[in-house]
Amino acid sequence: MPSSDYDPASLPDLLPLYYRRLFPFSQYYRWLNYGGVQKNYFQNREFSFTLKDDIYVRYQSFTTQNELEKEMQKMNPYKIDIGAIYSHRPNQHNTVKSGTFQALEKELVFDIDMTDYDDVRSCCSAADICCKCWTLMTIAIRILDRALREDFGFQHLLWVYSGRRGVHCWVCDEAARKLSVAARSAVAEYLSLIKGGEETVKKVVLTDPIHPFIRESLAVVERYFPRYALQEQDILGRKESVDKVLSLVPEDILFTVYLWLQSLFLQATAKKGQYFEKEIMLQYCYPRLDVNVSKGVNHLLKSPFSVHPKTGRISVPINLKELDVFDPFAVPTISLICEELDRKKENNTESSGRSLAQKGKMVKTYYYKRTTLAKYVKYFDQFLDAMARSWKGELLRKSDLQKEF
Amino acid sequence: MQFMSRQKKLLPNSHTELYGQCLQFYGQPPLENIALSEFETFAVERLKLLKTVENLGVSYVKLSEQYTKKLDQESKNLNFPYRADADDRKSQSGPSEIEKRRKDHISHFILRLAYCQTEDLRRWFIQQEVDLFRYRFSYLSSKQKLEFLHKNNLQYDAISVEEKKALQDKLVNSSYAVSGITVEDQDFYKVPFQDALDLVRTRKVYLKAGYVYIPHQDIVTIILNDFRTRLSKALALTARSLPAVHSDERLQPLLNHLSHAYVGQDYSIQKNVGKISLEQIDSLSGKSFPLCMRQLHQALRENHHLRHGGRMQYGLFLKGIGLSLEQALQFWRSEFIRGKVDADKFDKAYAYSIRHMFGKEGKRTDYTPYSCMKVILSNPPSQGDHHGCPFRHSDPELLKQKLQFYKVSPSGISQILELVKGMHYQLACQKYFELTHNIEDITFSLNHPNQYFVESQKVLGGGKDIKREMDTPQRSQENSGRGSAAAREAAAAANASQHLAEMTEELDSFFQDA
Repeated sequence: MPSSDYDPASLPDLLPLYYRRLFPFSQYYRWLNYGGVQKNYFQNREFSFTLKDDIYVRYQSFTTQNELEKEMQKMNPYKIDIGAIYSHRPNQHNTVKSGTFQALEKELVFDIDMTDYDDVRSCCSAADICCKCWTLMTIAIRILDRALREDFGFQHLLWVYSGRRGVHCWVCDEAARKLSVAARSAVAEYLSLIKGGEETVKKVVLTDPIHPFIRESLAVVERYFPRYALQEQDILGRKESVDKVLSLVPEDILFTVYLWLQSLFLQATAKKGQYFEKEIMLQYCYPRLDVNVSKGVNHLLKSPFSVHPKTGRISVPINLKELDVFDPFAVPTISLICEELDRKKENNTESSGRSLAQKGKMVKTYYYKRTTLAKYVKYFDQFLDAMARSWKGELLRKSDLQKEF
Repeated sequence: MQFMSRQKKLLPNSHTELYGQCLQFYGQPPLENIALSEFETFAVERLKLLKTVENLGVSYVKLSEQYTKKLDQESKNLNFPYRADADDRKSQSGPSEIEKRRKDHISHFILRLAYCQTEDLRRWFIQQEVDLFRYRFSYLSSKQKLEFLHKNNLQYDAISVEEKKALQDKLVNSSYAVSGITVEDQDFYKVPFQDALDLVRTRKVYLKAGYVYIPHQDIVTIILNDFRTRLSKALALTARSLPAVHSDERLQPLLNHLSHAYVGQDYSIQKNVGKISLEQIDSLSGKSFPLCMRQLHQALRENHHLRHGGRMQYGLFLKGIGLSLEQALQFWRSEFIRGKVDADKFDKAYAYSIRHMFGKEGKRTDYTPYSCMKVILSNPPSQGDHHGCPFRHSDPELLKQKLQFYKVSPSGISQILELVKGMHYQLACQKYFELTHNIEDITFSLNHPNQYFVESQKVLGGGKDIKREMDTPQRSQENSGRGSAAAREAAAAANASQHLAEMTEELDSFFQDA
């Protein structure tokens, strides 16, 4: 597989090509400008770059798409993070009177990291992932996406593969961007069911009545659970994991549990007040969020289309319509797409030269279309189109208010 | 002040209009003149009330019978209003209900001046005022509650009967308190979720498309949220006008003293820097660290790593017991290097945050070690974390094993577990202190991990130096100097400054007893 050819040492050579030819700047700007509805929205946005040798620079900001392109092509950042929209241009924050430079708005974000599931996955640990435990991400996305849309009413959600071991969600609705710290933390806690650290054995406790949110989430888990936990993770197959499962069951029915468990999971019947089989399923599969990531308005999060320096994978948006077949190992690496670009270039040099001469003017060539990155950018475009419809409405409303005819 | 002509209208008889309701949002500041002595008394008494609110909130479930009874008593003793129908007819002596409400109004605004200056002070003040408000609100009838809503411009829409029927199951299953009958009998209101964060956070309500559906009976949470937000904004505004207030020399000493009195020592000023060597830490962790820090230290030694929450809680504690920045860097570095982190990575990634803790980076805020309240109430630990309060955050079974491992007697363990069950986490920690130091009854009320350490060192006899430094009363050294000089200067008459001195003594002793 070409992706396994990625070598972190080649980043300095690949990044310039990536930022010159492949990074989808116009879509990126279109996103972060949010239709120009609010003044200086793009200009006041903080970016942070991690450069070669782990040099980290914060409070980067840009006035135009062009400036952003030029800077990124000059600096060739290894990592890009997106922060908040501030009251002033971040790159001028030192000139602002102390106390008045403040983070005002930002997308509501979520970060699901596979390491947070280490206590319940047997196939991998730490930074590793495989197709067996990737199902956990699928479950997490389904549950959270449903809740954010149906319960909270958000519409513009961008799910992004982090490049190694997790996914991020960017909620881009205007209402989401304006949420306070307290509101973000409340949303994150509403979505949290797993409580407790190293010192807690039983991390999910359900009591009557079961909230509709939990029911909906359980429905998702139950769809995936039999195949995932019993086959892929094989939680009843080895003594240690059986013991782990048993430690979550109340003592007074322990003696019948071993025979009982498998059929209980599959039937999903609940005795009144005894929800332990649901609790077990949830403890194994329910998404684990880091509330601190979601809480802060000024929190910096890895940017979509950023490269993951260790794996070389591009942080691509995930199309939820194809979620069940999403394969993190098929996500293009920077070396792959650079290679694809080279290949195509060789084949096309003659024809592209001719078309330029014929048209007599510069035609903007979207090089990413020649690579595996294309379909992800296309999906991103669709996401932006949907949002654009709401910006149009906003702009109309604003001009009405100002009585501009 | 400026509104001379208007003041003529605000005579005592218009107080009846101003103070028509027992409860208020404190939207309008008082506009009358009051005597300096009244200013001082009002402020101190409200502070006592809020301190009681805080203590009761830690020891009892809020709004439980014991909680309300004790708070009723304290409100009565201090002459604050708490119930619309309370005692107005009965009391012959003592202030009238209107006078109590006036005191309530004025004292609130005075304390705003004292508590708006830092994030910590604001957070504390808001928390106690919200709890006080919740307690008083619980005494209003449904009619009075509705009146309150409308008077304060909280108009939320009720949903139609058809919609209620359609959502009936979901509504019943969303809240323990909502039954089929509730749905039939009561109006349900559609409220944007941003206005009902407490209910959303605890998932005690039905949420659909960004709106929560709240029965009339639960409107209180909305109101509390609104109160909290308004107060928060108001405090930010107050902070900006503070320089003008501080220029009045009569007020400055009192306000300073008030704001330092609430929390006692916050261990922000490092004493005994460098008196502790790194080699002592292992043995100190067993003898003088509270359980939370002992746990963190052990996890650090075992895993050669701690996550962010643990680094903050433990790192600041170590700063509080006297580790210097150099020592701290050496301590963390040597431990992390034994793990997966190499020296380079440590210097790049972790050293920065340690220097940050000591106020040498970024905002240069000198972070203060976490109090028990902060450890218990904020940032609960999740997978992979070891911070938090073990009495609050650990599984009782695991806590028991841990105490057994630390050789606490079985009877002691069950006493501790009883306290934990009753949610008396700090009392449980005090019990742990008593058991591990072999003393019967400790003389202090535990509210800070560093306090635990200092008291432990005292008991174990290391204490002469430490004891001397403990004797400086609970205010920072610079302010006490400023305060007394200003008082001497500003006091027009000798008895004014004497009054202040008496009151500050009284305040000190009150808080030491607490």
